[in-house]
Amino acid sequence: MALLEVRNLGISFGGLRAVDSLDMSIEKGQLYGLIGPNGAGKTTVFNLLTGVYRPTEGIIRLDGENIVGKKTVEINKAGIARTFQNIRLFKNMTVLDNVKAGLHNHYKYNLLTGILRLPAYRRVEKAMDEHAMELLGVFGLDGEAKNMAANLPYGKQRKLEIARALATDPKLLLLDEPAAGMNPNETEELMETIRFVREKFEMTILLIEHDMKLVSGICEALTVLNFGTVLAQGNTSEVLGDPKVVKAYLGE
Amino acid sequence: MKHKKYQKLLINVIIAVLIYALVMMAIQFGWIGRQFLSMIVPVCTNVMLAVSLCLIVGFLGELTLGHAAFMSVGAYSGALVTLNVPLPSWLALALGLVIGGVTAALAGVIIGVPVLRLRGDYLAIVTLGFGEIIKSIFNTLGITGGAGGLSGIPMLTTYRNFTLVFILMLIVIVVVANLVNSRQGRAICAIRDNYIAAEAAGIKISKYKVMAFVISAFFAGVAGVIYAHNISILKPGNFDYNQSIEFLVMVVLGGMGSIRGSIIAAVILTLLPEVLRGVADYRMLVYSIVLIAMMLFNNSALKAKLVARKNMRKSTEVSKEA
Repeated sequence: MALLEVRNLGISFGGLRAVDSLDMSIEKGQLYGLIGPNGAGKTTVFNLLTGVYRPTEGIIRLDGENIVGKKTVEINKAGIARTFQNIRLFKNMTVLDNVKAGLHNHYKYNLLTGILRLPAYRRVEKAMDEHAMELLGVFGLDGEAKNMAANLPYGKQRKLEIARALATDPKLLLLDEPAAGMNPNETEELMETIRFVREKFEMTILLIEHDMKLVSGICEALTVLNFGTVLAQGNTSEVLGDPKVVKAYLGE
Repeated sequence: MKHKKYQKLLINVIIAVLIYALVMMAIQFGWIGRQFLSMIVPVCTNVMLAVSLCLIVGFLGELTLGHAAFMSVGAYSGALVTLNVPLPSWLALALGLVIGGVTAALAGVIIGVPVLRLRGDYLAIVTLGFGEIIKSIFNTLGITGGAGGLSGIPMLTTYRNFTLVFILMLIVIVVVANLVNSRQGRAICAIRDNYIAAEAAGIKISKYKVMAFVISAFFAGVAGVIYAHNISILKPGNFDYNQSIEFLVMVVLGGMGSIRGSIIAAVILTLLPEVLRGVADYRMLVYSIVLIAMMLFNNSALKAKLVARKNMRKSTEVSKEA
């Protein structure tokens, strides 16, 4: 059974059909790409998957469970984490606290324990610190733990966002244009990181990307959207060779 | 690392003890005049109000102009308890403090409902309206003495009982500081920095917003009870929006999101009008100018430069440690 199964998904904003009858299925452990020209509805699909928008019709199944109608927080708990096209970090918090905020639902103690600094507070916070530092280490950010997130260079901010998403312990990781604004070297490094994350965490990843080098380099399967509808779908090399796709991207 | 943490704690304890000793001696040996003796408790209550407001404005990142309303709810309900409950005065005061805090917290729950739907300036307007409604209610209710006010409240928290007031103030500060550095506080700060990302990271926004408002309102209520038992007479007019704005100025001047800053600003802004009695008429004008200056400074290149320099220093320190 596929980890993520999308059937006949659609949403309209007034008269605009942003996404129309989208079918997509992602296997566990797959690295899947969602591509298409600007305004094709890619980020809208992400917003549908994470419960920011409620679809007008269709079904989204995560591990067999329908998640349509659930709130963003519940969908995160069900196992979908995401990053954003325009980086959304907790800028005035430290790098460490950003990741610890991602661990919020996995390490718990109640309000009174925190205020009175009971032993449980120290114990849980210590475990949180260790877990968060381990995650930061994966991304080479452990040296920046005490710095403010806003002061990180751009590439590291992208990585921190991925680390925070992973902290919520998802089954499926959604990356919205992770290579946006990166130079070729940084993109190369990012590809390595994404591969590494998949191996190390046995993660299933769905990513939106414009950088064809990255897409053809790491994605195993693709869905191409154009004006909200599926233009092509399947194996990466087949899809990228499809004349329809070339036309949509490059024109005739 | 750990060593540094304890060092900080120790310094804070020493500062608190020193301040307490200094004020106690000043009271005992008559170093200060009557006028300033009467300022001691208002300084403490304003510190409590500023620190509790700091939780909403500085850490949750929401603008509210109704903090005086929470204070008034606590003040009136606490005073009504000590006036009407036939208990020894100290027990009545303890009960009054609890009930004052709880009723103010209930008001916090009520205001929490629109808080979940509104943000920024819209929320500011709603809280402003909320404050005026509370004021009107106290103005018309018979039990609160209407516009004439509630008088004859036993003076149980004057400077003669500085120890009690000081301890309550410390409790408020410690609770807010500990809260901010806990899992719950991290959620509150995350909502301030980016609520969309917070939600996507699995943080329940509604829960933590209401939590911040309720805790803040509770302490504002407690401060209100102390205020009531210090001046002994309550009038609805004492709790208008000017008062709320004054608390807001304390938090903004304190650097929004800095508890220590809020405390210092609260102390200075409470004492300053007494020192500058001659120009009392211009107080609101000066506040406005200071607020504008603070906001301009916050967005200025000068501040960016200072922050960058501070970060540089910190990062070199860190690399030296490593």
